[in-house]
Amino acid sequence: MDFDFDAIVVGAGCAGSVAAYELANANKSVLLIERGENAGSKNMTGGRIYSHSLKKVFPNFEKEAPLERRITHERISLMASDSNFSIDFTSDAMREEGKDSYSVLRGPFDQWLASKAEDAGAECLFGIPVESLVKDESGRIIGVRAGEDEITAHVVILCDGVNSLLTEEAVGYKKPPASQIAVGIKQTFMLPSQVITDRILAASDEEGAAWMIAGDATKGKFGGGFMYTNKESISLGIVAGIEGVAKSEYPIYQMMEDLKNHPSIAPLVKDAEIVEHSGHMVPEGGINIMPRLVGDGVMLAGESAMMCINFGYAVRGMDYAIAAGQAAGLAASAAIDAEDTSQTGLEKYVTLLEESFVLKDMREFSKAPAFMEGFDRMFGEYPEMVRDIMNEMFIVDGSPAKHVKAMAIPAVKKVGLLNILKDVKGAMKAL
Amino acid sequence: MSEINISVNVDSYLAKNKYEVDEGNPHIVLVEDPDDAEFDKLIRVCPAALYKRRDNNTKFFDYSGCLECGTCRILCGDTIIKKWENPGPNMGVEFRFG
Repeated sequence: MDFDFDAIVVGAGCAGSVAAYELANANKSVLLIERGENAGSKNMTGGRIYSHSLKKVFPNFEKEAPLERRITHERISLMASDSNFSIDFTSDAMREEGKDSYSVLRGPFDQWLASKAEDAGAECLFGIPVESLVKDESGRIIGVRAGEDEITAHVVILCDGVNSLLTEEAVGYKKPPASQIAVGIKQTFMLPSQVITDRILAASDEEGAAWMIAGDATKGKFGGGFMYTNKESISLGIVAGIEGVAKSEYPIYQMMEDLKNHPSIAPLVKDAEIVEHSGHMVPEGGINIMPRLVGDGVMLAGESAMMCINFGYAVRGMDYAIAAGQAAGLAASAAIDAEDTSQTGLEKYVTLLEESFVLKDMREFSKAPAFMEGFDRMFGEYPEMVRDIMNEMFIVDGSPAKHVKAMAIPAVKKVGLLNILKDVKGAMKAL
Repeated sequence: MSEINISVNVDSYLAKNKYEVDEGNPHIVLVEDPDDAEFDKLIRVCPAALYKRRDNNTKFFDYSGCLECGTCRILCGDTIIKKWENPGPNMGVEFRFG
């Protein structure tokens, strides 16, 4: 049978554009099909990208990619409704090439990534949602259907994101369980570059901060607030487990509103103009909710395969997607050369991922989701405990001074020493 | 309905976004007379606040400000969401920043 293309990649995000780029570089005919009017126009990140895997695909990406700021400040906070305790870490190591990370906006970033695939020879089709997959009599995937059109290929690579409507047809994966999915909400605030630099205490307009906020940001529910500084904007938002939010007194958008009005956040976005309000899901379940990665004529990469890990102090997805997109592109192209794009022929993709940090990390941190989900105290009691201890230390009113131990003990007792030890032990094991 | 605290008007934020609304062709459809408890979950989780209760407590849903995140599909795809599809060609939200 004659196919229209060697490969079809669905979705021009981090995984898809890189997969298409690798295929085109290997002289395969490839169609990159994306439902957004432009690459990135349906995508959203917090967000920050760790550079290591991008650098393997584009060694000079720093010079050409539309990056926002290099992240040189990591800020972590425990927030109570009336207090906020923060750690701000910065180090020279954060500026080391290949070990650094950058804030990005997916609109411009994804357009650049897709342009790399197009320049390498991939055919790009934007504004077209794939509605279903084309199968032959044996059930093997041989193409995609969009409107009246059927387009066929030896292999179809699904990189259509966490809300993929195609994984069920491809590998029998209907949708992830709600208990393992978080909802993200974000607002983008425009501010002059210099104002952002000053407010975050960055060394220059090229550098910036990432900020994770546990506690009152989600009104005690599993999740957290986040902030990333871009060149001329600030991304501020919340990610929270959807089952927790579904039971909360506060809708996700009210959490967002209260976060930006919290006294420790409000000065950061003061007088800023909101230019966008966005939402996106985050797969929290890691390898426990990962679908089968290959089938006959089909592969999954990026968030359509739930490739994301919440480490608590950092969330990673885009670096996994880029590495997986690269592995998918290389494995697909080898399978096309070997004239075997059956599930067995595509299995090399899984081997490549098993050998790389992608599946190694996913396996190593398989217990993290269950731990984070049950870590209720981190989102409620601990921020309040820390507040009480800090108030004891820093509020001076002339009453007799206490030793540090005496200041800490009442607050610790309130939570329970055994509970704290249990959580420390759990965290050590899972994270 | 259990207590839900809402003081923010999300519609004014959605007005900042760029949309191409497919008028008369909703990509999300609810079942007829959706269950109260399920609907109230969606009031809380939808980041665009598309699921609302009006003054007289009647349920109201409008797909036109949808951010296409899919949260309602994951949470209630087996209960009160009858249809969840991607908007048609060049339709729906277009994030300029993302």
